[in-house]
Amino acid sequence: MGKIFKFHQDVDTDQIIASQYIIYPTIDEMKAHAFESLDAAFASQVQPGDYVVASENFGCGSSREQAPAVLKALGVKAVVAKSFARIFYRNAINIGLPVIVCKDLYDNVNAGEEMELSMKEGIVRANGKEYECTKLPEYMQGILDQGGLIASLNK
Amino acid sequence: MGMTMAEKIIAAAAGVKEVKAGDIHTVELDRLMSNDGTTHLTIDMYNQLKEPRIADVNKLVWIMDHNVPCDSVKTAASHKKMRDFAKEHSIRFYEGAGVCHQVMMENHVTSGELIFGADSHTCAYGAVGAFGTGVGCTDYLYAMVTGKSWLLVPETLRFHLKGKLSDGVYARDLILSIIGMIGANGANYMAMEFGGEGLKTLNMSDRIAVCNLCVEAGAKTALMEVDDITLSYLKAHGREPKHCFASDDDAVYAHVYEIDLSTIKPIVAKPHFVDSVVDAKECVGTHIDEAFLGSCNNGRIEDLRVGAELIQGRKVHPLVRFLVVPASAEVYRQALSEGIIDTFMEAGAIVMNPNCSVCWGSCQGVIGENDVLISTGTRNFKGRAGHKDSFVYLASAATVTASAIKGEIATADMI
Repeated sequence: MGKIFKFHQDVDTDQIIASQYIIYPTIDEMKAHAFESLDAAFASQVQPGDYVVASENFGCGSSREQAPAVLKALGVKAVVAKSFARIFYRNAINIGLPVIVCKDLYDNVNAGEEMELSMKEGIVRANGKEYECTKLPEYMQGILDQGGLIASLNK
Repeated sequence: MGMTMAEKIIAAAAGVKEVKAGDIHTVELDRLMSNDGTTHLTIDMYNQLKEPRIADVNKLVWIMDHNVPCDSVKTAASHKKMRDFAKEHSIRFYEGAGVCHQVMMENHVTSGELIFGADSHTCAYGAVGAFGTGVGCTDYLYAMVTGKSWLLVPETLRFHLKGKLSDGVYARDLILSIIGMIGANGANYMAMEFGGEGLKTLNMSDRIAVCNLCVEAGAKTALMEVDDITLSYLKAHGREPKHCFASDDDAVYAHVYEIDLSTIKPIVAKPHFVDSVVDAKECVGTHIDEAFLGSCNNGRIEDLRVGAELIQGRKVHPLVRFLVVPASAEVYRQALSEGIIDTFMEAGAIVMNPNCSVCWGSCQGVIGENDVLISTGTRNFKGRAGHKDSFVYLASAATVTASAIKGEIATADMI
């Protein structure tokens, strides 16, 4: 089980990692600033295995891959949202950060509660209940399974 | 069954006769653009590959534009990495030439191409009927190494334009109106296609402004029908179309919108969402600290002319910083030759070198706590232009310039 960090709708990638940090030389130097504008304590409180749960259109805006990358670097196990903006969704899968659409979870859980996601089953378990997710298309799940897009280049 | 422009471009790039929305295809890319926002990370990943290689270096265009000139020691390190790599691998490289999308439009993009850009506003290339889409650096690296990528064929929203924009109303007002109408995720995963008689009233600068902002509705790409205006733009820049695709009459659209251009009014997008649009008149009187005329969206010569005409013989309000940032060196030099730069400086504007400037909030011009900016930039997200507790209003070049003169949000008819 991992702890839930909850964010509203239309969270843009500037909120996930602001512009002034993305030119830092490495993701490790950026990650302490994740979600700084929305929840300054996020980066220090999130533990490996925790989850980000959001409403509609998570990750809209800039194509900066630093956004999913800082979440992965902080150990976020997956992002579960009502919907994702296209570039964030694709970037997350490409770097091996699980992302999945779940329409019902957001309205039924609170920040700080615990949940578990099975990507394989497409099921979130929280509050003793199960929430069905939209499974990834096979092609994209395949990229995730091999550890991201670059892994295929190194085969 | 007929195909849309987006489907035809993907089919050609995939080497198949027909594709339909929802299919996933492996495609050959024509061009790969990357800028200093993420290239340092791409290079780090490249160097970790077991067998690093570049499929076709002629497809690559690297453009330094986000922090130009360099503003810190950390940025300098990232810039040096990009500059050195480009030199080592003979990659086409620009520094000081302008904002990446404007430089691409002036020098590289042509009709029918499929282009990945490591920047979300790559959808601007649809202005000449090219399929441009924004990607992250992993996608970019994969395409750089293999020359290929995978694409989910998008559904298409068709915007059928008719009529003509009224005097004092600009393409910027049009696209902000459309984003307000369909919402920040109204075109998520989709292509936005523009056509109809009304399109012929929009010049190439207008078209770039419209296509460039489509990602703010979530679009994967934007596409405009190729016509005489497109062809003469390409010719003037020494290029020929690769292919002029047009949607079939029986193409399948997710939705068709009819837009009467004459109904569009001056628009302002309020903090902190691009789809938070209102009639500009509703914001009149709102205090501002800074005004910005520039960006890949609205920093072309046509936009500078609009601003210069308004501010000629007038002064920037004493309590406002008015930043004027031509989108490219070509635009800058044209503005110089027309006396436009002189007009802005005479009025007290701060004229800067071509770069992304305050549109992305990490270089000169950033705003402080509680500051209010009115901008022709691309986004008004919380903290986008600087401090997390600051405010950005988006508007046309006319509304921004009028506001810079008044010291509060104003429309051009009030000047």
